[in-house]
Amino acid sequence: MELLGQKVLITGASRGLGRSLALSLSRRGARLALVARDRAPLEEVAATIRSHGREAHVIAADVADKDAVAVIAGRALAALGGLDAVVHNASTLGPVPLVPLLDTACEDLKRALMVNLVGPHRLTKALAGPMLLQGRGLIVLVSSDAAVEAYSTWGAYGASKAALDHYGRILAAELDGSGVRVVTVDPGEMHTRMHADAIPDADVATLASPDDVAERLASLFTVEGVRTGSRVSASSLGVAP
Amino acid sequence: MKAAAWMRDREADTRLMLVDPREGGVAHGRVGDLASRLRAGDVVVVNDAATIPASLRGEAHGGASVELRLAGMPDGDRWPAVSFGAGSWRDRTEDRAPPPALRPGDRVRFGDVFSARVVEVDAEHPRLARVAFDREGDALWEAIYAHGRPVQYSYLKGELPLWGAQTPYASRPWSVEMPSAGRPLGWSVLRALRERGVAVVAVTHAAGLSSTGDPALDARLPLPERYAVSDAVVDAVARARAVGGRVVAVGTSVVRALESAARDGRLRAGEGVTDLRVDARTRLRVVDGLLTGMHEPGTSHYDLMRAFASAEVLDRVTAAATREGYLLHEFGDSALLLAA
Repeated sequence: MELLGQKVLITGASRGLGRSLALSLSRRGARLALVARDRAPLEEVAATIRSHGREAHVIAADVADKDAVAVIAGRALAALGGLDAVVHNASTLGPVPLVPLLDTACEDLKRALMVNLVGPHRLTKALAGPMLLQGRGLIVLVSSDAAVEAYSTWGAYGASKAALDHYGRILAAELDGSGVRVVTVDPGEMHTRMHADAIPDADVATLASPDDVAERLASLFTVEGVRTGSRVSASSLGVAP
Repeated sequence: MKAAAWMRDREADTRLMLVDPREGGVAHGRVGDLASRLRAGDVVVVNDAATIPASLRGEAHGGASVELRLAGMPDGDRWPAVSFGAGSWRDRTEDRAPPPALRPGDRVRFGDVFSARVVEVDAEHPRLARVAFDREGDALWEAIYAHGRPVQYSYLKGELPLWGAQTPYASRPWSVEMPSAGRPLGWSVLRALRERGVAVVAVTHAAGLSSTGDPALDARLPLPERYAVSDAVVDAVARARAVGGRVVAVGTSVVRALESAARDGRLRAGEGVTDLRVDARTRLRVVDGLLTGMHEPGTSHYDLMRAFASAEVLDRVTAAATREGYLLHEFGDSALLLAA
C-alpha cells in the first residue's frame, strides 16, 4: 500500500505509537510533520526517517498550549505545502501512580482535558479549513479502551478519551458529505512508556507492539479507508500490505 | 468610520452591507446570511493564505532598535522588508521614529537567535529593502515563528495572538497581513453556501502590508505579490460561467490573483508574482462581485473597489457605513458589491 506524497501531521510523534506511526507512514511514502514537546527524541525519529530518504519536519511544541497551535499549523503548512491528514495522538495520563477520581486533583483532570480534548480541538480548527476547501482530508483521533470501560484510577484519562470519542462522532456528523473523514481509533494495550507508567507490573508479553499497531493503522490513510464517524479497534484492522 | 479594536466572539455576526454597484442601492444584513444573497451556480473564491508572524524586532549596527516587517514572499532567499524605527504597533505608523539607515551588507540581529543581511535597499525608499536570513527551510520558519509577531496597527486594543490573525481556512503561510475579508467565513457560512449550490474554492495570494506610515512608500502599495491559482479554481469559474453564475471574490487579494491569472484574457492555472494594480480604469475579466471589509478613500483597497462601483456609489456606501456605525479594518464589518 502506497501513501506516496500524502501529507500527514502526527502529534505525540517522539515515542510510542506516534513514533511507530511516523515510521510506518514514511515507509509508505508519506511526507510528515512531526509534533511533540521534547525536541531531542523527535529529532531522532525525523533523522531515522530521513536516513531512509523520506521527508519529516520537526515541530517541537505542546498541543495544549493555545498559542502554539497557530505555530504548529503554520509551520506544517509551510513545510508540506498542504495537508491530507492529521493524527491526534499526543495525550497525557496525568500524574502516576494513578489514583481514584476522588483523590484526583482538579488541576490534573483539567490538564488531561486540555491535552487530550481541547488541544485536538484547537488543532482541528486550525487544520480542517483547508481540508474542507479541497474537499478531502482525514482526521484521526487516537482513543483508548479506557474511554469505554470504567477502569478504576483511570478517571481523568478515561473521561477525556470518552469526551474525545464523542467529539469525533459529532464532528463527523457535522462534516458529513464534505469529503473530510473523522475516524477514532482504539489502538489496544501496547508496550509503551505510557502503559508502563500506568501499569508498571503489566505482563509485557500480553501487550501489542506499537510497531504492529501502527502497521494496522496505516490502512486508514488509503482513499477507501474507513467510513467517517466510525470507531475502530486496531486489532480489527488487517495489517496493511 | 471607527476601527474595530478587537476580534468579535461570533464572527458570523459581522455586519454585511449589500451594495448594488449599478443602482447604488444599499441594504444591511449579516455575513452569516451570505448564502441567502447568492444563487446556485455562483462561485465564491477565497484566499487561503495563512498569516506569517511578519513583524521581527531586532537590532541594527550599533545596537539601534529596528523592526523589520516582512513585506511579501521571498524571491529565492531574498525577502522584501520594510524597516520601522523606535516605537511599536501601539504608535501610529506615521508617528514612528525613522529607522536607522540600512545599507547593503548591514546585519540585523533578532535576539541571540538569528539574523538577516541587507542585500539591497530601494533607491527611492530607503526603508524598503531586501534581506537574506542566515538560515533556510525549517530552521528559518522555526525562527520566524518563535521570534515574529503578527503585524498589527495602533487601533487594536491589545497584542494580537497569531491565531487571531488567521482566517478559518488558513493554509500555506504566504500573507504578511491577514486576508481579512474571509475572517467571518467559518464552517457554518461555508456549509450554507455549499447547500445553496454555491461553490467555494481557494486561491493563495500573498497579501502584503497595508500601511508603512510614509505617504510616498504607501503610494507604492501593494508591492508585487505572489499568487497561485489552481486547476480547481479555473474549473469552478468555468462551471459558474456555463450556468450564468457569478464569480464573487472574497477580499481584494483574490481580485488581484484572479485578474492577474487572466491577464491575457483567459483565466489560467499557475503561480506567479503580480504587479497588477486594480482600480477604476481596470476592466475586470473574471470577477463579478466582491466581498470586502470597509475601506476609506485614499487607500489601495478603496481604489480597487472603484473597479466595481463608481465614486458616487462608494460615497453612498461610506455615508451609510458611517451612519450605521460600521467598523473598519481586519475585525470590522463587510460589504458585498454585487449586481442583483
